[in-house]
Amino acid sequence: MSILPFFILIPLAGYLLSLLLPAKRETLISGLSFGVVGTHLAGALAFLGYWLLNGCPVLNEKDFVVFTAPGYEFFIDLYFDKITAMYLFVGAFLTFLVTMYSRFYMHRESGYKRFFNTILFFYLGYNITIFSGNIETLFVGWEILGISSFLLIAFYRDRYLPVKNAVKVFSIYRIGDVGLILAMWMSHHLWHENITFLKLSNFDLVHEHLQSHSVIGAFISLMILVSASAKSAQLPFSSWLPRAMEGPTPSSAIFYGSLSVHLGVFLMLRTYLFWEHQFSIRILIGLSGLLSTFVATGIARVQSSVKSQIAYASIAQIGLIFVEMALGFENLAIFHFAGNAFLRTYQLLVSPSVVSYLIREQFYNVSFRGRTIEALYPAKLRNTLYMLSLKEWNLDSLMYRYLWNPLKWAGNRLNFLTLNRVLLFFIPAYIAGLICLANDRLIPEPVHRVLAGVFSLLGLLMVLKSFTERRKARMSWTLVVMNHFWIALSISFNEHFTYSHVALYLSGIIVAGIVGYQCLSRLKRLEGNINLDQFHGHSYRHPRIALVFLLACLGVSGFPLTPSFVGEDLIFTHIHEDQVMLAFFTALSLIIDGLAIMRIYARVFLGPHAKSVYDMAYRSS
Amino acid sequence: MTTRPAPFDEDEVLHELKHYLPAQAPLKDFIHHNTLHAFQHLPFYKAIQRASALFGYKVSLSLSEYRAAYAAGQIKETILEQKIRERKGEKALADWKDRLLHAPPDATTLPRIGQLRANWKRQYRIDLDSLVHPVLFRVLCSYLDQGISIWSFPVADQRFLSALREMEKNSFSSFFRTRRVRDLFIQGPCTITELLTQLVGDETWFAQYLYDQQFAHQGWSGMVSAIEDQPQTLLDQRQISVHDLIVFELLLEMDALDSQFGAGAWEPLARRLQDAPPALFADVNASGLDDMLTIWQEAYEWSYYEDVLTGLVANYGPKPAPAEKSFQALFCIDDRECSFRRYVEQFDPECETFGTPGFFNVEFFYKPQDGQYLTKLCPAPVTPKHLVKEADAKSARERDIHFTKHAHSFHSGWLISQTLGFWSAFRLFANIFRPTMTPATASSFKHMDKHARLTVEHGATDGFEDGLQIGFTVPEMVARVEGLLKSIGLVREFAPLIYVVGHGSSSVNNPHYAAYDCGACSGRAGSVNARVICSMANHPEVRAQLRERGIAIPDTTDFVGALHDTTRDEIMFYDEHKLSPVNQQRHSANEITFAKALDYNAKERSRRFASIDTRLSAKRIHELIKIRSVSLFEPRPELNHATNALCIVGKRDLTKGLFLDRRSFMNSYDYQIDPDGNYLFSILKAAAPVCGGINLEYFFSRVDNQKLGAGSKLPHNVMGLFGVANGIDGDLRPGLPVQMIEVHDPVRLLMIVQHKPEVVLKTIQRAPETYEWFNHEWVRLVVFHPETEALYLFKDGAFTPYTPAQGQLRTIQDITPLVETHQENLPVYALH
Repeated sequence: MSILPFFILIPLAGYLLSLLLPAKRETLISGLSFGVVGTHLAGALAFLGYWLLNGCPVLNEKDFVVFTAPGYEFFIDLYFDKITAMYLFVGAFLTFLVTMYSRFYMHRESGYKRFFNTILFFYLGYNITIFSGNIETLFVGWEILGISSFLLIAFYRDRYLPVKNAVKVFSIYRIGDVGLILAMWMSHHLWHENITFLKLSNFDLVHEHLQSHSVIGAFISLMILVSASAKSAQLPFSSWLPRAMEGPTPSSAIFYGSLSVHLGVFLMLRTYLFWEHQFSIRILIGLSGLLSTFVATGIARVQSSVKSQIAYASIAQIGLIFVEMALGFENLAIFHFAGNAFLRTYQLLVSPSVVSYLIREQFYNVSFRGRTIEALYPAKLRNTLYMLSLKEWNLDSLMYRYLWNPLKWAGNRLNFLTLNRVLLFFIPAYIAGLICLANDRLIPEPVHRVLAGVFSLLGLLMVLKSFTERRKARMSWTLVVMNHFWIALSISFNEHFTYSHVALYLSGIIVAGIVGYQCLSRLKRLEGNINLDQFHGHSYRHPRIALVFLLACLGVSGFPLTPSFVGEDLIFTHIHEDQVMLAFFTALSLIIDGLAIMRIYARVFLGPHAKSVYDMAYRSS
Repeated sequence: MTTRPAPFDEDEVLHELKHYLPAQAPLKDFIHHNTLHAFQHLPFYKAIQRASALFGYKVSLSLSEYRAAYAAGQIKETILEQKIRERKGEKALADWKDRLLHAPPDATTLPRIGQLRANWKRQYRIDLDSLVHPVLFRVLCSYLDQGISIWSFPVADQRFLSALREMEKNSFSSFFRTRRVRDLFIQGPCTITELLTQLVGDETWFAQYLYDQQFAHQGWSGMVSAIEDQPQTLLDQRQISVHDLIVFELLLEMDALDSQFGAGAWEPLARRLQDAPPALFADVNASGLDDMLTIWQEAYEWSYYEDVLTGLVANYGPKPAPAEKSFQALFCIDDRECSFRRYVEQFDPECETFGTPGFFNVEFFYKPQDGQYLTKLCPAPVTPKHLVKEADAKSARERDIHFTKHAHSFHSGWLISQTLGFWSAFRLFANIFRPTMTPATASSFKHMDKHARLTVEHGATDGFEDGLQIGFTVPEMVARVEGLLKSIGLVREFAPLIYVVGHGSSSVNNPHYAAYDCGACSGRAGSVNARVICSMANHPEVRAQLRERGIAIPDTTDFVGALHDTTRDEIMFYDEHKLSPVNQQRHSANEITFAKALDYNAKERSRRFASIDTRLSAKRIHELIKIRSVSLFEPRPELNHATNALCIVGKRDLTKGLFLDRRSFMNSYDYQIDPDGNYLFSILKAAAPVCGGINLEYFFSRVDNQKLGAGSKLPHNVMGLFGVANGIDGDLRPGLPVQMIEVHDPVRLLMIVQHKPEVVLKTIQRAPETYEWFNHEWVRLVVFHPETEALYLFKDGAFTPYTPAQGQLRTIQDITPLVETHQENLPVYALH
């Protein structure tokens, strides 16, 4: 038995225990968190010492197989090398300090327990990610990080802006997730197995495969880059990072100042051996990093709020880390990550002091409004750059304009669909599909492929409708659940495989779908209106229903370690590498699916409580 | 007051609007004031009900909170019944009591504000706020920024609109999305009326539309309004006005509409108005719920007042006076000095203490050595004509490299993050496990160098600076010293040492640091004032002239300035080396008394702090309190004025030996030397707005922490060094954060004056602005007749005799056991 799993089991056990504690017992809650994180840090330091003394070997172990099928194996694999070592050290050290910090800082805050739950949950995801030995394991951690980020940004769930921004950040994360899903899909086809990172370090193997499949290789690298850029707030995704600073300061410091935001870097480092020999990709990574650095520096220079300034300054440094990686300075990048993480955490934690400190500085130095380099520019150029930087180069609205608005536009075309019409059309259509499937031997092979495409498109339409539904929460929910059935149907046409795969995939969905529907029905009985046109904030009066519904959401969205998660991954292996459209439709419907689910949760349960106007903050605050 | 039928008068509407906006100045000049100052011309309950109906504020505790207080015995049954009888009559008693205790709250109606403008969303399905606010806040914050940004606003020396116009004219980019509105702006002049005609259409709705618009972000509007009225509050000054803000915002709204529907392809709002929203300023009728809340609030307040008044009357009587006084000490009236004074008196029964506003009757601007600006050290409404300068300071300012802006640019950031970054890890570790004072700490002792010289006296050669006279002339000094001593009744029996103790506070990671300092010194520490008045009172020429005026201070008496840090419970004395040798000896003895009193004061304070075990020894607790004050992770360095509820103007005899739980402002005053109430007039003129303002800001921040307070400070983000907001796109949050007010009980200030009612009545009527506080019951006033020992309550313009219900004053020998075991507010006790 090796020691690596303990680094995941400790936070897992801590997280589960922390859920059981009563919310009023602050000392107990923080004491447990402190104990868990402290033990973890002590273990990490001891292990790191031992590992250093033994000459820093690379460790890999296949821990347990979650699921096998012919030609497919889903297993959890753990890996440890210098990259993990540095991420472990920085992560354990900072989480330990921030837990200590928050023990007192969070005193009397109404979400005290929720805060520590989420921190431990985050820490679990972080450790799974950094110890992961294959992309599948990494993806498990990645998803946990996404959800815990969402929960921490929306920590003040009775206010409008945190919830709005949480949904916004989640949607960007979702793009990153899809990048990873697609990378996983392609790499199944490239390696014909769930490749471990260890094997990636086998130069001959990688070289041989890439030589014959250079396009596939480029595609995988590109998807990894997209994913990493989204997570590390590089262009064009940068604008989410400052908007994530809605939670209590220590959580912003640890998540968005240091650990979470550097995981994109981690992904790039982890797959370094894979893209190292793809010259064009390296140029792309370098350029992307360089551009992010320049743009983010400009934006940081004009920020007049302290947290957004730190956020953009950090993005600029991460851009440089990307450049360092592209240039092949792997060790420098690892070192740079640690320095940047420590620095930004500390800067964020002391950021409230900036008022008394800078005011005093100013009071004694008249020269505080010194001339900056920009004063030398011609006025028109200067004004233009200033205004662009102030508007963050429209990054925030670009995401809307080119990503979400077209989706909304498409969804709005489907406004003619009412619940009845949906049922009237889609149920017969689905039954027809099933009949075809039962008699699929009668259908010629090329038609199979077309049908697969058609059904996945229908699924996509379902989620689009769900995503833009303004009125009925339950209808939106039903559509989301049904989407998975369409995907299953579509893939069944694509390739003959056992029904157990489909059953595995759908079993989780069905249970979660029913539970979620029940929650919404109950809430509707209790409260009446639960349309999706506004935030209702029902968690204010019904925290329990909110919690159960959140779990159902996780189930339906294929959250790691639910059966549907494995199923999702499995389903993708049945899409052939030349079926780009099918993969695209399926991936797109999974992104929107996740978004639509979080949208329902946010609209119904989060935000200012619609019925307690006098107890709520202003929308703009 | 209805604005609807009147034609739209831009100036008048803007003037009125500014009156309703939050009046909080930038953080560095944080001064407490009545949050609902705009309603102060109305009687209290009427005013708060109106404020609530108009703006949606919560203005009292909720029914369930009152009921919980009743169940806990904090609201007494007899008093609740008495209040029902007073308001509803004997017959309705049972019915109303049942209703108060059990009736479910009525369904609340929507506040009027925002209802007109909500029609954009209702009729046009457009969310203007989310399209306009981010750009608007960003531009405002960048323009006003005091030094966070590295690259500051390119055209900051012009008025807001001109600066924007200048930039729009000369740029390839724009703050607007559409051409039409941009051109409209560049061509100017864009009057508000003109823009409203396009946007709203119907003139009857113009004013209400502006209220809706500005109250959608009252934090920013209030800040702009405050800076417009007092531009000097920013070190780096800006010319901005609510007018400019409105013009820009109206343009942004049109721009958003244009980009959504096409240039000009939308109708003005009024055209599509289906049901007219309620007029904002129409009359407000009290609802049944309002009635209930009023009775509850009355019962809540009087349950406490009764306790205090019973205690005062029972405690009154001649106190054994020491034959010889060891020392006298003047403190600020601040409620935080209440317990400190009690302990000083306890550990040295021969001393005597006084309370007076902490600027000690000397008003001036202060310029520290190397300072580039002036700091006002007196109550906010006063504009001093004198300047006091610091010279020969020895200590150097420390810097913290973590605040360097170089860390934010990529090239130096590259170096810094790889070097300093690791140092940060160490610093963070150290700061969490062994918190110490760092340059980031705002410390009251940094306000003035202990060993520096102050230019107190105006010499012949000193002249003027910045239009101010440097120092004071001797007659000016005499006037101030005499005023101070007479107002507190210290005109004879001088002790050999007279301490004048200002106060300040220390904290770290606290953008609201200025709110913790002395309010009478405009949110600064009181050390300079204490030193200045002592220097005046020690001046031989001043002494001589005072003697001529009947105040004979013996030559053996020395005045000593000092500063009490209310967070750390430390004290620093100034100029002790100037004392006579014999006084130096006495001073050394007194220092021990002060040190002991501070230890116990810290212990008493610690009962409210969850992180400290109050049963530890006073010395140990004091150590812990000091560590707490420099801990980055401690959002409550001290509790400031929380729980304040009383202001007692009278001799110390009235309150000596009474445990008031740090809830009282105390202003010493001797009615015998002021038969006509002249000194009383100045005391009340300052105390009503200062103490009343503090009290009401705590009151409203407590009852509606979301809208009238600043919410939790944990997610706060510092904006431009002048305000805080949540996140990066939020509105500014004026008012007090929840960490400052959570232990506060929202009761109005009860002011108790020791004098004859007829004199007090004449005195308060002298200035209408003072009278308003009492007449409209924003502050409750009770007079304690020094001769008959009877109480009189001020109500409806007259004093009527008031007898507290029969109650016994609780007696306790030592307060320590209670302090060690209780966290909540304690009742009044006599200490025997």
